Amino acid sequence: MKQFDYENAKTIGEAVNLLNNSSKNVRPIAGGTDLIPRMRNGLLEPDILVDIKNIPELNILSINGDLLEIGAAVPLYRIYEEERITKSYPALIDAIKNIGGIAIQGRATVGGNLCNAAPSGDSIPALIVHEAMCIIAGPTGQRILPVEDFCTAPGKTALGRGELLTTIQIKHPPHNTGSCYNRFIPRNEMDIAVTGVAASLMLSMDRTQIENAKVAIGAVAPTPLLVKAAGEVLVGNAPTEEAWGKAAIAAQSAARPITDVRGSINQRKHLVGVLTKRALRKAYLRAIGEMEI
Amino acid sequence: MSKKKVSAKINGQPVEFLCEPRQSLLECLRDVIGITGTKESCNDGNCGACSVLLNGRLVNSCLVFGVEVEGREITTIEGLADWQGLHPIQQIFLDRNVVQCGYCIPGIIIATKALLDREANPSEERIRSWLSGNLCRCTGYDKIVGAVKEAAVILAKEKGV
Repeated sequence: MKQFDYENAKTIGEAVNLLNNSSKNVRPIAGGTDLIPRMRNGLLEPDILVDIKNIPELNILSINGDLLEIGAAVPLYRIYEEERITKSYPALIDAIKNIGGIAIQGRATVGGNLCNAAPSGDSIPALIVHEAMCIIAGPTGQRILPVEDFCTAPGKTALGRGELLTTIQIKHPPHNTGSCYNRFIPRNEMDIAVTGVAASLMLSMDRTQIENAKVAIGAVAPTPLLVKAAGEVLVGNAPTEEAWGKAAIAAQSAARPITDVRGSINQRKHLVGVLTKRALRKAYLRAIGEMEI
Repeated sequence: MSKKKVSAKINGQPVEFLCEPRQSLLECLRDVIGITGTKESCNDGNCGACSVLLNGRLVNSCLVFGVEVEGREITTIEGLADWQGLHPIQQIFLDRNVVQCGYCIPGIIIATKALLDREANPSEERIRSWLSGNLCRCTGYDKIVGAVKEAAVILAKEKGV
């Protein structure tokens, strides 16, 4: 591995100053579970690594009123071990329990999964259906970006020079809401999604009608995608197999997968349909309280 | 690039060492500090041979830089046995002839400790899922899982639950 300088930032301001360097390749490190292998393979050769794990704000994991805040350096296990979060954000929990194995989950972060901007990043479709917002610190102050606009291309994000993702905010889902993330992989753990789909549903008080719905798909486009059309075909309809089928077709038409070592275009198109229906069925069962995480 | 001084607690002992920022915790343990029970295999976070506990949490030491453990506590396979003898997990692995080539075993025992420190009576499914990040190329998983189940019973008895 190429030599680099290690800087241990203690504040957001310090990290932003270090990252805002026009002459050197500077990268933040949180869990490092993707960054370190890529550096070892020579795919990334930063001059300076800025450790952001010792910045207090980036370690906040809190529910204040109806707002969940996940600091960008919070490791995955802290999120799924928090019962109040597992109950309210099931799609996110499905997703982060799928990232790596236990040892990876001891280090890896949702912030890192998002900043890697892998088309297959498991947490990203889940964050999209939870309507998460990204809080970004930068040299000119703070800005907020909806999570579906964060990834711009494989491995590329909306972050500019000197900008740091500090927090992910998610509003508490309303009553009668359920969500789910599911994916297809050849083994049960420790693998990268061939295709992944997240869905959320909000039902009417009498649970006979869908009032709000979101579907997001992963590993079938250059970035994880929010499929607005799939949500729109569901709203106003009854929560039935027929409705799930319509949403699945909409999700399939939004998918533009490639053939690679993990799967073919045809397989991925097929999987988007299957996984959309499964995600909606589970989201529905969770919305009516008949299925735990 | 100058070396950095790192102070940490390893297996209960305060340790200071010097390392380059690019050296992984695994390299620091084996090549700088000289405790070689923790093994390198894939060096990529897939195989779990380099598993250690970092502040009580299971991690792959190949995916942690040495400079990141300043002020942290690390437990390696060397930290399990004490003057009275082997740790019960080590003893049951020995008694049941679990070990084939043995290369994965330090990591698997550390991962098992991380599980049994948290859950007294994990199901077989839970054990297999927990150990999914630890590969055994000899594929001796059934004996490993059996020993983990037995270790859970022994440790629960020791704790009097």
